[in-house]
Amino acid sequence: MFTQQLINGITVGGIYALIALGYTMVYGILKIVNFAHGDVFMVGSFLGLLFVQNAGMPIYIAYPAAMLVTAAVGVVIERVCYRPIRIKGTDALSILIAALGVSIFLENFAQLVWGTGTHAYVQEIKEKNYEFGNINLSNIQIGVIVLCVLLMAALYFVVNKTKIGVAMRATSQSITSAQLMGINTEMVIAATFGVGSALACVAGVLVGTYYDAVYPLVGYSYGLKAFAAAILGGIGSIPGAMLGGFLIGIVETLGSAYISAGYKDAFAFGILILVLIIRPSGLLGKKHVDKV
Amino acid sequence: MAILEINDLQVNYGVIPALKGLNFYVDEGEVVALIGSNGAGKTTTLHAISGIVKKAGGQIIFDGTDITNRKAHKIVGLGISQVQEGRGVFAELTVLENLRLGAYLRKNKHEIREDLMDVFELFPRLEERKSQPAGTLSGGEQQMLAIGRAMMAKPRMLLLDEPSMGLAPVVVEDIFRKIKMLNKQRHMTILLVEQNAQMALYASHRAYVIETGQIVTTGTSAELKNNDEIRKAYLGL
Repeated sequence: MFTQQLINGITVGGIYALIALGYTMVYGILKIVNFAHGDVFMVGSFLGLLFVQNAGMPIYIAYPAAMLVTAAVGVVIERVCYRPIRIKGTDALSILIAALGVSIFLENFAQLVWGTGTHAYVQEIKEKNYEFGNINLSNIQIGVIVLCVLLMAALYFVVNKTKIGVAMRATSQSITSAQLMGINTEMVIAATFGVGSALACVAGVLVGTYYDAVYPLVGYSYGLKAFAAAILGGIGSIPGAMLGGFLIGIVETLGSAYISAGYKDAFAFGILILVLIIRPSGLLGKKHVDKV
Repeated sequence: MAILEINDLQVNYGVIPALKGLNFYVDEGEVVALIGSNGAGKTTTLHAISGIVKKAGGQIIFDGTDITNRKAHKIVGLGISQVQEGRGVFAELTVLENLRLGAYLRKNKHEIREDLMDVFELFPRLEERKSQPAGTLSGGEQQMLAIGRAMMAKPRMLLLDEPSMGLAPVVVEDIFRKIKMLNKQRHMTILLVEQNAQMALYASHRAYVIETGQIVTTGTSAELKNNDEIRKAYLGL
């Protein structure tokens, strides 16, 4: 039973991690919490459903298309709602309020378009179960885990080994210094929102497929958990978001299996509080020391 | 011939004027110092040239091109590299990553490698420490890194903002010797901003004195060194 629950936890954790990456990347660069990110995840999930069910696309076209459109949604949110505030040089609090506004807008927009109810998700992939001893694994579960790990590896590669990745890391340390290197920081910021939103879309499609459900307010709980994961791992740190996502997924799954499912969320946020008391900067977060 | 020309440059921070119509020029191959006390507008002038701050009026001409309203990353591409006050190195990136970022806009890998060797020749310390995070370097080494990184852009002109800041006197002398070398041996045009007027006048050909957003005095550095008012106000003599 323990191994089974651990695998279930890793599955959910991978999804949290994908969403958490969006929070942490944006925070890393702009030092703002994009509270609309959970709703971008929801929009991504709905777009996947829309492209398959209403547009009749096969999933291998529909899902990448959904990722692209969701990325565009993320970029537009930044352009229209955050950039004007940023450029004025107002404090981070104003952007936070704007993010909450975007969140409310997206949730209500989704309710207007798709209604307030729960939709069954695309079930193009037939679920198959495999038994390994007393562990039960579905092909969807395997797919979720493999995809999460692959995407994270790809992101890690891009951030650490490519030119745009170095530009991102430079921008996250100092926008002014990055500009003085000739980096188009506005483009880097847009790319960050785009990549984070595309990853959230993948998470949205995976949640839809795994639980066979999507609804307009799904982004709230997932967004909050993923945000907790980002904080837990040390916000601004990409490996931290991955670690935090898996940890929260595993802890809440094990907690609900062994203690009580009713306290699922309490476990997730309980571990967050515990870690923050001991390590306020998060598990992999850095304490900043300035040298004069 | 003037490579940089500043005409009636004005910058405001909110309603407060920081630069009230600045006029000066830098000739190709020259080291020009902008000296003045804290808050006089020295850094703002450099930020205005680099495109970091918005201008309220005036004109900046670089090599015949009006760059007044160009974006910062485009100005780097035209050949102006700024070394920021407080160095502005990327503390979490390695020395080598920092230097490579200096060459961010350049394509020719062979030339970039040659310039990297050149920077290592000028600052051997940087080669010894190339795989260390820049944040672990001493203040003086960080200043060398910042200058080396700016050189990696293969600029036509360097803007140096307070290279002496926070450094021990011996280190300051060393840095200024390198700045002089850059100009003499590599014919780099340099606009230098300094509170340390003594070092600035030692390293420069000409200087401007800036006070509350305006140029108040100008002359060759040798003249200014012997100017009684300057000696009293800025050299403490």
